[in-house]
Amino acid sequence: MVDGKVIKRAKHKSSVKDPGTPGILEMSEDRFIFTPHNPKSSPSLNVLFRLIKGHKFTKEGTKQDLRPLLNLTHEQGGNYIFEFENFSDRDVCKEFVGRAITMPTEAGKDGSEQSTVAAQDEQLSTKEMERRIKLLQEDSELQKLHKQFVLGGVLTEAEFWATRKKLLDGDTSRVTRQRAGFKSALLSDVKPSADGRSNRVTFNLTPEIIHQIFAEKPAVHRAYLKFVPNKMTEKDFWTKYCRAEYLHSTKNAVAAAAEAAEDEELAVFLKHDDVWASEARHKIRRVDPTLDMEADEGDDYIHLPDHGMSRDGSDNATDSQYDEYRRSLSQVLNRHGAVVLEGRSIDVELGDTRSVAEALARSKQVELANGASDGMVNQERLERISQLAEIEDLQASRDLPLAPLFIKDPREYFDSQQANAIKTLGDTLAGTRQIKCSLSTSEAYGSLRERISEVKISGLGDPIVKPAVAFKVFDGLTQNIKSTKYQRGKNPQESVLDGLPKITKEELLHHWTSIEELLKHFWSSYPITTSYLYVKVRRLKDAMSQIYPKLQEIKESVQSDCRHQVSLLVQPMLQALDAAFAHYDADLQKRSAKSGDRPNGFV
Amino acid sequence: MKFQIEDVTVYFPYDHIYPEQYSYMLDLKRALDAKGHCLLEMPTGTGKTIALLSLITSYALCKPSNPVKLLYCTRTVHEMEKTLAELRRLHKYQLDHLGPAARILAIGLSSRKNLCINPSVVTAENRDSVDAACRKLTASWVRALAAENPRVPTCEFFETFEKAGSDGVLPPGVYTLQDLRAFGKEKEWCPYFLARHMVQFANVVVYSYQYLLDPKVAGIISKEMQRESVVVFDEAHNIDNVCIEALSVSVRSQTLEGATRNLNKMSQEVERFKATDAGRLRAEYNRLVEGLAQRGNLPISDTWLSNPALPDDIVKEAVPGNIRRAEHFLSVLRRLVQYLKGRLQTENVEKEGPVAFVASINAQVGIDQKMLRFCYDRLHSLMLTLEITDTDEFLHIQTICDFATLVGTYTRGFSLIIEPFDERMPNIPDPVLQLSCHDASLAIKPVFERFQTVVITSGTLSPIDLYPRLLNFNPVVSRSFTMSLTRDCICPMVLTRGSDQLPVSTKYDMRTDEGVERNYGKLLLEMVSIVPDGIVCFFVSYSYMDGIVNSWNEKGILKEIMQHKLVFIETQDVVETTLALDNYRKACDCGRGAVFFSVARGKVAEGIDFDRHYGRLVIMFGVPFQYTLSRILGARLEYLRETFQIKEGDFLTFDALRQAAQCVGRVIRSKADYGMMIFADKRYSRHDKRSKLPGWILSHLRDAHLNLSTDMAAHIAREFLRKMAQPYDKSGGSGRKTLLSQEDLEKMENGSLGEMF
Repeated sequence: MVDGKVIKRAKHKSSVKDPGTPGILEMSEDRFIFTPHNPKSSPSLNVLFRLIKGHKFTKEGTKQDLRPLLNLTHEQGGNYIFEFENFSDRDVCKEFVGRAITMPTEAGKDGSEQSTVAAQDEQLSTKEMERRIKLLQEDSELQKLHKQFVLGGVLTEAEFWATRKKLLDGDTSRVTRQRAGFKSALLSDVKPSADGRSNRVTFNLTPEIIHQIFAEKPAVHRAYLKFVPNKMTEKDFWTKYCRAEYLHSTKNAVAAAAEAAEDEELAVFLKHDDVWASEARHKIRRVDPTLDMEADEGDDYIHLPDHGMSRDGSDNATDSQYDEYRRSLSQVLNRHGAVVLEGRSIDVELGDTRSVAEALARSKQVELANGASDGMVNQERLERISQLAEIEDLQASRDLPLAPLFIKDPREYFDSQQANAIKTLGDTLAGTRQIKCSLSTSEAYGSLRERISEVKISGLGDPIVKPAVAFKVFDGLTQNIKSTKYQRGKNPQESVLDGLPKITKEELLHHWTSIEELLKHFWSSYPITTSYLYVKVRRLKDAMSQIYPKLQEIKESVQSDCRHQVSLLVQPMLQALDAAFAHYDADLQKRSAKSGDRPNGFV
Repeated sequence: MKFQIEDVTVYFPYDHIYPEQYSYMLDLKRALDAKGHCLLEMPTGTGKTIALLSLITSYALCKPSNPVKLLYCTRTVHEMEKTLAELRRLHKYQLDHLGPAARILAIGLSSRKNLCINPSVVTAENRDSVDAACRKLTASWVRALAAENPRVPTCEFFETFEKAGSDGVLPPGVYTLQDLRAFGKEKEWCPYFLARHMVQFANVVVYSYQYLLDPKVAGIISKEMQRESVVVFDEAHNIDNVCIEALSVSVRSQTLEGATRNLNKMSQEVERFKATDAGRLRAEYNRLVEGLAQRGNLPISDTWLSNPALPDDIVKEAVPGNIRRAEHFLSVLRRLVQYLKGRLQTENVEKEGPVAFVASINAQVGIDQKMLRFCYDRLHSLMLTLEITDTDEFLHIQTICDFATLVGTYTRGFSLIIEPFDERMPNIPDPVLQLSCHDASLAIKPVFERFQTVVITSGTLSPIDLYPRLLNFNPVVSRSFTMSLTRDCICPMVLTRGSDQLPVSTKYDMRTDEGVERNYGKLLLEMVSIVPDGIVCFFVSYSYMDGIVNSWNEKGILKEIMQHKLVFIETQDVVETTLALDNYRKACDCGRGAVFFSVARGKVAEGIDFDRHYGRLVIMFGVPFQYTLSRILGARLEYLRETFQIKEGDFLTFDALRQAAQCVGRVIRSKADYGMMIFADKRYSRHDKRSKLPGWILSHLRDAHLNLSTDMAAHIAREFLRKMAQPYDKSGGSGRKTLLSQEDLEKMENGSLGEMF
């Protein structure tokens, strides 16, 4: 598919700002190799395309100072950034990479298609099929397992998916793509930064910030759509915007008013946002009536103009002609919060400001159209109010709807949780130790005596765990912890696995997941009631016995310093497999004994 | 559940009941039996509203021969909605158990602005323009004109409602404002006039305080309520302020200019009528001779705000001769406006009583007390005669007449203060003439006299003996309930020092101190990282909040806070605040968590609940004292000292602490709920301040929590939240029961009542 090789001059950079190491980039069918001119300065790279999950590049001609960059994202995180001598070189490489990294996923797709052919007997809807294919594509681990067992004939397609019904449920497939929302933090980057030497101030705008500006300031958004290609260039537009921001930051309403009077377009940025105000009027109709303070104002006949008390300490806003040009922080904060909660409504790659602006306008229109037909929303709101009115503990609780937890990478998440748990455990341990210190001898003695007298009265109960067993487990655990601690130090973030060579680690993890999968199927097949299950169990046993020697192999292949660690890790796997084998044998014996009694048994 | 309280079967829409709800009902029942007034303080979060509603509705059901009517007054429209939601639940329960016999009609009543469904009217921007727009379509003369000329626009909803005549009634049920609008849309009837009409027949009416307390509104809405009504003022800790505000007026130079414009316009109208329809003016004159200044039987659509003075104080006699003719009356008003203009041009602060003021008016422009007293009704009569519909344009002259009537009616309990400028901005001339009422008992007196039972209840009425004095009435039951908690689910703390051990306070000389601002910021920062879901912060005033938030922003503290939670702020703009609150709730619902900055004595502090995950922590930054340099406050304090022997300092502390307690009390809704309260000011650690807090907070304020620094508070908060996360036995285990089932209640009826409480 990919023709031959590409060899270009390029610089490898650790980050965008890094000046980079000049060298030669050579791309072949399955890998790329980077050799620096000066071999001492930095190591050469040799990376499989299999491990590259995406690539990014700079656009030509968008801004002058951009260099031709290509950024390859590694599966395990981390990037390889290359700078080329010119854009055409870069484009050749970009296309090459693009083709090369799609290959493995295509292979995966082929695989799952094959499997569907194999399992044709179970009549799946195309939708179901698509869902499965999608899941396989998204989860490489699952794909690996699928390849190994289903295509390897150990499990059938149906068996494989039967244990993953949850994954196949409609909802999950819909929410799988989670969009990152806006950040909670305010737009601090648009604050002017002075360089201190001259009177110049600089503003920094990124596509991300521009998107947020559009969302938070609809008037700017509208102005952009109105002005930009026709009346002024994009650069002028943003310059004006920044000028307005600067005026706001000086908090000089009079100056702002003066400037706005001269420049019509600038005034758009300086004045209050009328679009937002009209949206607010629209939104307030849908607000929870138990919060609606506007309705309250409509009912207040004491506060007719000039009735009631004035000047009793409440601060009357000094209304003046410049009021329009004053912007309060609270307004900004409230709007920001509203936008963050609304979330990102558009699905366009940030970067091209124009398309972002248009997409935003479209999504707004859709929203308006939805808002018109809000009968359902109303109903829901009423239900909510009546629920809120209840006093919860005076009656049996009702089940509240739960939003499913969405964790992108469960392994990473739970690992970090465990690290936290260990840390806090350490803290509390330290705490208790202190408490112990403050215990006086007499108190300790008293408590001991109490215990003894208790035992005297009630006698010693049978121990729940046999001391010998307990000792063994305890010993094993202590040794394990001790040796791990010795090896790893006290850093709870690092797990033993990270210390192993990468290949070993991956193999171990892979075997662990496959053993898990096999055992799951194995144990769920008991008690064996049909001949189909019998065949399945035998198949599973064979597959497991194939893994057994592989584990041994891993143990032997690693270097001596890690061997102990690996054997510790492998041991539970082996034990689990042994237990399965033992059960299999016992069951077989029982069965043969039985079948001896009843020769016409089904087995 | 269903149980007996003496001879009344109470229907309560839950499976369990708190013991304090039960004893609350018991006391309320006794007050109803005695046909007297009562004063009940029960901590927030113990279900006052539902206890009240279920007892009174059950009481009415038990005595079908002479059912009591319930007038339930809330402070705000959103509280009205909440009350009606609870009532709806209760009503459903009663219908399930009693069948059709339990049917009642319950409605919420509000202004046109909140009830109108005519799209051309309701889009007007404020309440007054909605009222005027409505009047333009529904006034009797407009409709008479439309009958002749079909091109004169009228309101179709009002017309169909009028056509329905006696059929225009609401079927039984519970109607919130939303329901009324929906019903109106369905039938094409005007919901506002329908509701006004149904008020007389309804079993339960829920409306705002002022519909009873403000004579201007009450004169129209509540004049026909029968004596056998139970009036409830919920969240009534501020009732004295509402009362005095209802009888206070202030006049600025803008008002006077507007009034002059209004007078010119009216003179023109008078001239026009003289030329075209002199008969109308003569008819009015004759009517006035017969003493018909008060609008006897006006059509429902013509009524407008009524006399600002209380009905008992209005003399029933004919309008004085010298203001019966329209042009004479207008010239009297002109002289009055001229006189007030002159008074406003003073250089110094002036303060006098109403008697001296009236005397000086009489001496200088020759308007006597009696003429002043009739100003309002005379103006109103004139406006009807002149067929003025754009009433929102004539608010200024109305204010002047309000003022004249009040100053002509009352001789004590009021004072007049003229200030040439605001104390805080002495360079900007902004003269204002204020007629302020000091005696809260004036406005509420007719309510106590007219209705057989008035219930005043709130979460904070301490000290409970002060309210009968302020409002001048004798309650038959006056009781303050404590809260029996299943676990220590509230955790009040007094924070006196920042993490650097320097004291924090909003005392005048300290509040702008950098260190105090930073310490307050650090406190919040520490808390946002510990406390889940919602946090509410209360500040002492808008200007202080603005200042400190800006300073936090500059110091970068705000940015750090926003890394943990979103920030929403109450502003003076109600629309924006409402949306901010809505978003705050959304943020708490979705788990992102948020902080809400609000102002004590502000609109949010008055009626928004921050229960459950909407508020796990309240921080009260500072002590919310009133603006003590205010002259009105000074005059009121003086009045209180002279009449009730209440010391200034005591009253100020009482007032500040009830506000603070009210702010922090909003976090608890039930015994299953939990929340922390931080009083962040060193002054709270002093006994004389702290002891004014209500008992249910004080009883949970441990000595160890009285003098904390930020890091200690953070530690306590962590411990508290961890403790609250554990499962617990809701019924209170073996000791005192905190949750009673029907069985428990039956046992209690048979056995001794006393031991449970």
